[in-house]
Amino acid sequence: MDWSSLSPLSLIATMVVASIPIMLAATGELVVEKSGVLNLGVEGMMITGAVAGFIAAVESDSHVIAVIAAAAAGSAMSLFFGVLTQFLKSNHVATGLALTIFGLGVSSLVGQNYTGVKPPQFPKPEFGPLGDIPILGKIIFGYDYLVYVAFLTVLGVWLFLAYSRAGLILRAVGENHDAAHALGYKVKSVRLLAIMFGGAAAGLGGAYLSLIRVPQWTDGMTAGAGWIALAIVVFGSWRPWRVMAGALLFGGVTLLQLNLQAVGLEINAAYLSMAPYVITILVLVAISTKHSGMSANAPASLGKPFHPSS
Amino acid sequence: MIRLERRRAPSRIWSFLAPLAAVGATLVGGAVIFSLLGKNPFEVLTTIFWSPLFDPNLSAYARPQLLVKATPLILIAAGLSLGFRAGIWNIGAEGQYIVGAIFGGAVALAFYPEEGWYIFPLMVAAGALGGIAWAMIPAILRIRFNTNEILVSLMLVYIAVQFLAAMSLGALRNPEGSGFPGSRNLQYYESASNPELVAGTGIHWGGLTAVAALACLYVLLHRHILGFHIRLAGESPRAARFSGARPALLVAFCLGVSGGLAGLAGLFELAGPSGQISIDFNVGYGFTAIIVAFLGRLNPIGILFAGLLVALTYIGGEMAQFMLGLPAAAIQAFQGMLLFFLLAMDLFLNYRIVFGAGARA
Repeated sequence: MDWSSLSPLSLIATMVVASIPIMLAATGELVVEKSGVLNLGVEGMMITGAVAGFIAAVESDSHVIAVIAAAAAGSAMSLFFGVLTQFLKSNHVATGLALTIFGLGVSSLVGQNYTGVKPPQFPKPEFGPLGDIPILGKIIFGYDYLVYVAFLTVLGVWLFLAYSRAGLILRAVGENHDAAHALGYKVKSVRLLAIMFGGAAAGLGGAYLSLIRVPQWTDGMTAGAGWIALAIVVFGSWRPWRVMAGALLFGGVTLLQLNLQAVGLEINAAYLSMAPYVITILVLVAISTKHSGMSANAPASLGKPFHPSS
Repeated sequence: MIRLERRRAPSRIWSFLAPLAAVGATLVGGAVIFSLLGKNPFEVLTTIFWSPLFDPNLSAYARPQLLVKATPLILIAAGLSLGFRAGIWNIGAEGQYIVGAIFGGAVALAFYPEEGWYIFPLMVAAGALGGIAWAMIPAILRIRFNTNEILVSLMLVYIAVQFLAAMSLGALRNPEGSGFPGSRNLQYYESASNPELVAGTGIHWGGLTAVAALACLYVLLHRHILGFHIRLAGESPRAARFSGARPALLVAFCLGVSGGLAGLAGLFELAGPSGQISIDFNVGYGFTAIIVAFLGRLNPIGILFAGLLVALTYIGGEMAQFMLGLPAAAIQAFQGMLLFFLLAMDLFLNYRIVFGAGARA
């Protein structure tokens, strides 16, 4: 075995990169769930964002357009879910699954001619002398733009939910939609906006995979990342910073498993590839044992049907 | 002004009309998508829905395929419908399907090359057991720790896929396969194979099991107290508890039955049409069966027809793939759309649309 390839510095840097897609998607889903909606279609929105961002980047050669296209595509997909669940009163679980299946199909249909194409390189911001600081330079100032966007999204969501009036309304809708409705808040509109934000964030997370992390387009490339994002929201007990920590932890596990494969540990690669999923299950069990029920912090109206009587 | 008014009971007419309307809307939606992609929509739709059944050159191959593809879908969907009725969401049938196949296949390979009548029944038992065991993981975690069964059962799919890879590259690899991944082909091992029972129909033991499963499901739901509790638990969990339903039992039963049937589907597929354990053994039946279950309104007879229809899209998709160059996953877009429209149509099932302000409040 050769452990010398595992330098702690580059490990931390790649861990951050590995966690970004899940961090973005999970933060988006956090907002959706805080508004009382359970959207299981994260995987479908992510993969649509991945293909849309990829195509936009290849065709326009512009990163800004690629990012916008990914977010818009994810958001557009989430609108299907939003309209169906909010206005046509369909079952959240089934509709989310439909979204995932549909997204996987559509993305592969649209991305048919883009497999094997190389996307343009994503630029990194210049921090000048800051980037030359021995250790911090690499693990804080060495990333592409989207990494900073992801962390700013976490910060923004935290500020929004904890300190803004709109965030308070969103949480009220998620905790008790009947009371919020009685107070005159537009439950459906609030939820639709939350769903669209979740879609945009998931789309962005997908684009991070296809444009930066891999970077290539292959069918079904999200490989369950959307589902893991859903688990991370539970893991983070619906708190932005814990969701961020969960995503980083998960990025670390994924990375460790890849590195162990690279150093040639005497274990079949397939067993190592199971690790992220096994750990997700263990974490879910640990969380659900600690708080009886889903979690003490789960939005009270999560996934419950809303039908105002007047 | 347009309002929605809740119906006292689900509309009987709409429970038949909704699936048909959803299929119709999907055809229109599919035509739109394909024309946006620059294909001739009429050509694509006839290739998918018409030629497999009625084209004289293709139907000889395609018609038996219909039952071959419908069999696993119906088997899995029959089990899933039970849990979906009770609000127990087993999303990991794909994993249970894989593990059932691995268990059953391992039994067969352990006996190889011995011949005997008892080998196939033992494989069937092992296949069901494998599926049940895999489904019991989310069941026990949900009962004991209240862990969300949706996420656990789904994570187990990814684990099962890796397990399948490990098995087809390792323990179950064909020792005479000159190093290629994949097990011995069970189609050439008489005692372990699951051949077509009537030539040219595509019916194998799995098809008969699927029909039997639907019949049992019907009896269970309409004639047995457990079925009553399952239906009640989905509609009103509180009422179910008052009527003596035990939530833990329902979770274990629904997950166990759906896992067992998915495992059987995997075993029959392995011993029959597929033949060997290989990395690409699973093709998504476990996920598509979710659509079949909903399209069939979680009803045994409905599932039978839904399974046949969705099997048709699989075969049509294959044809469109090699005749028109559509990617294999295009059919997933179709299936996802079908489920969307179906869920949208459910609105008419439970609600009445009221025009004007004079409606009853």
